Amino acid sequence: MSTEAAVVEEVVEKKAEPLFSKKNRKLISNPLDIDNPVTVQILGVCSALAVTTQMKPAFVMSLGLTIVTACSNVAISALRNTIPSRIRIIVQLAIVSLWVIMVDQILKAYVYDVSKQLSVFVGLIITNCIVMGRLEAFAMANKPWPSFLDGMGNGLGYGMILMILAFVRELFGAGSLFGFKVFASMGIPYQGNGLLLLPAGACILLGSIIWVQRTLNGYRESH
Amino acid sequence: MRQSNTYIILYSAAITVVCGGLLAFASTSLKEKQDANIAMEQKQNILSSVLTLNKEDNINEIYAKKVNGFVIDFDGNVKDGLKPEDVVVAVQYKKAPKDRLLPVYEFRNDSNKVEYAVMPVYGYGLWNNIWGFVAVKSDFNTVQGVKFQHAGETPGLGARIESEEIQERYKGKSIFDNGNLVSITIQKGEGHDYADSPHKVDGMSGATLTGKGVNNMLKDYLACYEKYLKKNTDANKTSSL
Repeated sequence: MSTEAAVVEEVVEKKAEPLFSKKNRKLISNPLDIDNPVTVQILGVCSALAVTTQMKPAFVMSLGLTIVTACSNVAISALRNTIPSRIRIIVQLAIVSLWVIMVDQILKAYVYDVSKQLSVFVGLIITNCIVMGRLEAFAMANKPWPSFLDGMGNGLGYGMILMILAFVRELFGAGSLFGFKVFASMGIPYQGNGLLLLPAGACILLGSIIWVQRTLNGYRESH
Repeated sequence: MRQSNTYIILYSAAITVVCGGLLAFASTSLKEKQDANIAMEQKQNILSSVLTLNKEDNINEIYAKKVNGFVIDFDGNVKDGLKPEDVVVAVQYKKAPKDRLLPVYEFRNDSNKVEYAVMPVYGYGLWNNIWGFVAVKSDFNTVQGVKFQHAGETPGLGARIESEEIQERYKGKSIFDNGNLVSITIQKGEGHDYADSPHKVDGMSGATLTGKGVNNMLKDYLACYEKYLKKNTDANKTSSL
């Protein structure tokens, strides 16, 4: 959590920088691994535990968060030179809320059953630390295109962890994937593991993922 | 300049207008589709309290063919000029039972005889509102099926009222005992066999209070429908004599 303040990074602006320069590619790839918002920065854990009992809501939630983070990043980045610094948090909040409500309305109109399952969690994207964190740490200081990539990267990093969690939880908790009964179709009788379906099971699982990833990267908490 | 109060006020006003405008546009342009979804869900719930629906079934078609909806009052008289789709049960719930408008959805067979009657119910669980449908068979006493939904019951405990496992337990139970309304009560504790008790169903472990909410909801709403149900049971008796 202490890393949140430390991730303020400024992309050096050069003229005619290629769209997918090494630096820009890093904006996408870093959040997937060494700078993952969930496992390294420990942001957005609440929703990661809540929406991952099944693959489908986890997927839609990841998609929703990626869109909201990317779009808010672009909007804030485009406005960054006009935003009065005294009300910048409120302006960020207004932009984030705008996109979240948009996503919620679109879900309600086109995938009603998913939107019912996600219920409050779409609204809670507003309070998801990842979104606000990226706006403060990146979009306020960078141009729209890098900001867009940064938002995409962090959304995907969050989504990746969600999908891993949901995969394990749905497969071993309920014996299915995306609602398809995997074990039953192979003729193996499977009694679901109830612990994995509970938030506590997700917490243990997420802890293990964090452990594995930090061990692989040699990450140390700074004191 | 960027720090002056005038600039800040104008800036926030502009942001509000732009965001508000965009949201209003999105909301109005998507409203039709969203309302259609809600109406569709309602139809689906009504149908699934009686039949087992498959994914590929055309809900609108089955609904139009089978279901005949109308609105009645507390005395069981049909209210003319009111469509059941326009009656919001959540609003009616706040009124005194005698003043409520009560939608009924009847399933008729080919010879125009009522096969099932579906009645909406509404109440309060442990944390928030609960609602659903109760379907009775043509004797207007035996439960064909129930459908419960909730807004905020605890996942894994009270939220189980939404699961088929719980709703299945209500099938075949009866509402009346020798002409007296006794409703159906979900018991405390789980794992007991209530096959011999027509008014009791097995409870949900850890969700006794949600169960109480369900019991109150059924009692409260079935009492509203009592006259309508009795009228039909009496009519059945005379016709079978």
